[in-house]
Amino acid sequence: MKYNINNKGYYGDFGGAYIPEMLYPNVEELRLNYLKVMQEPSFKEEFNQLLKDYVGRPSPLYFAKRLSKKYNTKIYLKREDLNHTGAHKINNTIGQILMAQRLGKKRIIAETGAGQHGVATATVCALMGMECIVYMGEIDIARQAPNVARMKMLGAKVVPALSGSKTLKDATNEAIRDWINNPVDTHYIIGSVVGPHPYPDMVARFQAVVSEEIQWQLQEKEGKSTPDYVIACVGGGSNAAGAYYHYLENTNVNLIAVEAAGKGVNSGKSAATSALGKEGIIHGSKTLLMQTNDGQITEPYSISAGLDYPGVGPMHAHLFKTGRAEFVSVTDDQAMTAGLELCELEGIIPAIESSHALAVFGHKTFKPDDIVVLSLSGRGDKDLDTYINHFKL
Amino acid sequence: MNRINQKLKENKKLLSIYFSAGFPKLDDTVSIIENLEKNGVDMIEIGLPFSDPLADGPTIQASSTQALKNGMTTNVLFNQLKDIRKTVSIPLILMGYFNPMLQYGVEAFCKKCQDIGIDGLIIPDLPVDVYNEKYKAIFEKYGLINVFLITPQTSVERINFIDSISNGFIYMVSSASVTGSSSGFGEAQTNYFKRIADMNLKNPQIIGFGISDSETFKQATKYAKGAIIGSAFIKHLKSEGVTKINNFTSLILR
Ligand SMILES: Cc1ncc(COP(=O)(O)O)c(C=O)c1O
Repeated sequence: MKYNINNKGYYGDFGGAYIPEMLYPNVEELRLNYLKVMQEPSFKEEFNQLLKDYVGRPSPLYFAKRLSKKYNTKIYLKREDLNHTGAHKINNTIGQILMAQRLGKKRIIAETGAGQHGVATATVCALMGMECIVYMGEIDIARQAPNVARMKMLGAKVVPALSGSKTLKDATNEAIRDWINNPVDTHYIIGSVVGPHPYPDMVARFQAVVSEEIQWQLQEKEGKSTPDYVIACVGGGSNAAGAYYHYLENTNVNLIAVEAAGKGVNSGKSAATSALGKEGIIHGSKTLLMQTNDGQITEPYSISAGLDYPGVGPMHAHLFKTGRAEFVSVTDDQAMTAGLELCELEGIIPAIESSHALAVFGHKTFKPDDIVVLSLSGRGDKDLDTYINHFKL
Repeated sequence: MNRINQKLKENKKLLSIYFSAGFPKLDDTVSIIENLEKNGVDMIEIGLPFSDPLADGPTIQASSTQALKNGMTTNVLFNQLKDIRKTVSIPLILMGYFNPMLQYGVEAFCKKCQDIGIDGLIIPDLPVDVYNEKYKAIFEKYGLINVFLITPQTSVERINFIDSISNGFIYMVSSASVTGSSSGFGEAQTNYFKRIADMNLKNPQIIGFGISDSETFKQATKYAKGAIIGSAFIKHLKSEGVTKINNFTSLILR
């Protein structure tokens, strides 16, 4: 395994668990148990059943005819936007709530930026009748009001993160502090392939269902299970990890990771971690992150709250460093334009995160017979206000 | 001998104080240290501020944020401390998160600490196993004692392991919490203090987190060699400034 995790919890130089001793018992408990639990037949059965009947999987692999025609290549959209709650995030929260139950936990905490992971967590907590506390930056609470309301309707308590930049990174800090303060009965459902080992690997495995389905769906449609390209946006990197997972070691499949350039990579208002980041430690993981020369973590910016994170997961840091994946950055404007184009050509309103992935078609030329699979990670309902303001609709 | 080891040999309970360097004002660092020594404090933890201090509660978070706004950086701190050994002789420990140290370069950081006369480091998010494998030799080369934390949840096995690789003291986190949280110690905590005292570890223990006054200081040092005060001292600095440090220390040590 060159690109996946090794048995010490690292992807090449990246990963590990750089955590205070206060977190050690919880993280160690998870590390010792996660693979064992995931392999139990009863776990697999319950996980698959819920993905099918509750989430609505398999999500379609849709051949986007008009988009393909416009860019003169074969584009398939992996429709994670059609999942219950509207994004890929639910694949992970279903997995983790079952894990939490198996570990005997009673109380669930989570962080959220855009609110998608918060909603997905609140949803599974309602489903299982478990207490749910979601940390969300004060600024994000203001700009993602509908998702805050959803979480409340689903019975979650939304706690504002008031420290630092009051966005996703600070919400993550607050969730980690909560876990330190509640070391016995609480499970922390992290929303992406970030955090200390084993989180990146566990979340990637729960999201791996995405590429597992792509394999057989492509086989049905194209007579082969491997595409030429897989494109996904990267915030922390979970939808990308899921879409890449079964293709990681097959270098005939080109992986394209799309980061948010915000107002431009060098504008000072960006979240393009691979372009701007250096190796360091964020949220318990050694990875690439945006930071000052002095090692202080800097504030990212993106129009898309789900990509507004100063790091990437350790898998992606490794894919970047080894050149296994090609990293592209896309500005706010390019993403918004690509999002609107999908509405007009295919009748699908994408999440602004996913619109970043779509903007690759304006950047890069593919061959007419290339098979390109794009992870359409979420739907745009949550982003209507942003689209309306941007295009003065 | 390292000043920490020497201090630990003294036949008294030790008061150690934590503060965030660069708070309340950027240039307060040296005068805070000198005043603490003058007022009977045994050991000082100088906090190198970090943007994302995971293990800290609101008081230390806010002081770190303010310190960074004031312009504190690793280089600024090293500069402020360059002559500290001309005036101060008690043990000085730098406490900070691992990322700023990593960016400075771990070896360069350790060397600088030795040059200045820093005696030890506390890095909450540098895990014991990573330290042991990758950094122990470097720390030792520069004569630095690395201090590890244990909590009420730390297993006996792990405590014994931590004891075996420590060569100064063990930082006993009083309860499962971030800094600055609890008010007073209950039965669960005193039981934990007793349990650890009864293990007769090779390294003495110093208790931190939730020590705020003479009452909690006495409770903690009944079982341990010393205690560390952080948030309560920072609150005092915030309201009284750096000139009235004796008001704080005299209340603790009375
Ligand atoms: C629809 C959607 N796509 C992508 C992301 C980015 O996260 P990740 O990189 O973990 O897939 C988010 C995060 O909120 C999201 O809501």
